[in-house]
Amino acid sequence: MPHQIKRGVSLYSFQEELFLGQMTIEDCFAFAASIGATGVEVLPEQNMPGFPHISDADVAWWKDTAAKHGVELTCYDMFLDTKVRKDRLMTDGEQVESIVRDLRLCNRLGIRNMRILVFVRPDILEKCVPYAEELDVHMGVEVHAPWHMEHAWILRTVEVADRLGTGHLGLLPDMGIFNKHYPPVWRDRFIRQGARPEVADFIVQQHEEKIMAEYTIYEVAVKMQGNKAEVGMAEMLRHTPYSNPKRIKDYIPYFRHIQAKFYEVDENLVDPSIAYGEVIPALIDGGWNGYLSSEYEGNRWIQDAQAVDSREQVRRQHLMFERLLTQAEGAN
Amino acid sequence: MFDKYLIVDDSLRNLPDGSGFAFEARLGYYRGLGLSMVEELAVTVDGEEIDRAAVRFHDGGDALTMDDMETAYDRRWEFGAKATISVVRPGGLAQGEHTLDLREKLRISYLPFPSFNSDSKTLSVR
Repeated sequence: MPHQIKRGVSLYSFQEELFLGQMTIEDCFAFAASIGATGVEVLPEQNMPGFPHISDADVAWWKDTAAKHGVELTCYDMFLDTKVRKDRLMTDGEQVESIVRDLRLCNRLGIRNMRILVFVRPDILEKCVPYAEELDVHMGVEVHAPWHMEHAWILRTVEVADRLGTGHLGLLPDMGIFNKHYPPVWRDRFIRQGARPEVADFIVQQHEEKIMAEYTIYEVAVKMQGNKAEVGMAEMLRHTPYSNPKRIKDYIPYFRHIQAKFYEVDENLVDPSIAYGEVIPALIDGGWNGYLSSEYEGNRWIQDAQAVDSREQVRRQHLMFERLLTQAEGAN
Repeated sequence: MFDKYLIVDDSLRNLPDGSGFAFEARLGYYRGLGLSMVEELAVTVDGEEIDRAAVRFHDGGDALTMDDMETAYDRRWEFGAKATISVVRPGGLAQGEHTLDLREKLRISYLPFPSFNSDSKTLSVR
């Protein structure tokens, strides 16, 4: 059976080049199209100077530029500055107002999916549902490591969505929740910062055996008297859940978009860390027909030692997706 | 995440009126941020910590002190944008090379702790 999964790219992937002015937004659109991606995910607070004051002419530019390159705008990544003031948190009313501001801009851009930061309270989102329905934007709470699909905090959003019977509130998984193997680019950077290779190997092996992070951190910090880099490397295990890929399909009714997080795809077109080889068959099996939107986050782990080439990394990830999608399709 | 890019190369200079020195810097974050959430721009030159009251932030609008920034709710430091940080220091810096350290402390709402971003570069005064 042919799969229905679409390939997209988040502008987050090109943060290194965009930050340094080495790529323009239009370069990103053109690159996405060149690798056969059909969707682009945007971060207005990164990519739209002057935010939140975005003119109609700016909105038209985004729509026209996407159309010119034959891609659609797939998802809007929102932020919520609850700590904008030093003296107090935003009130509930201010939080709703900020989210509604984003929903309106999302709607103006013609985008129907919004990535909601995972820390946003479900009861605040409940208050935003009428606006999301009116503007026809799906609010997907980002299921981001160290949270995972069945974390009690995430299930609170599922409970609200079920109770309201709304199709405009749900989840938006970040594939970093399927961190099966300790990312080699993380390990290598901790070694450059002074971690002893034998201690790094121990931490990698502990993760291979899926030992609870707190045990490894204690071993490294207390028993081995680990140095700063070693303890830091062990503490990253708190952010490497390996969720059960088989369970993702149960939650497909709650999501409309997927952030395809990755830290590296090697020259053999293999992601050494995130279990795409298991997740993609599960998504096909569940009938997922939305996007896998590339989210390259390797730059911060290698930039101290080598030049970053986000385009090459994204290109490799898409070739890997094509291979895995074809394989899974054949197996069905 | 962008630590090594915070201090802009070749940007150190003495102010023409002799009141201090300045350099260019970027925000160590993957999006723009309201200035009220930039809690600290801690500058150290040749190992000497600069008093917070002597630091100014310039983004094309009025120059702001660190205290002013706390309530600058309607201004943002855009992603990747170069801003100027100046330091009040009569006479400026001696000609030649200086080691400059910058530590940015950001109040990021979704993080349980402040975000610290640091860079250190040796630059020549222009």
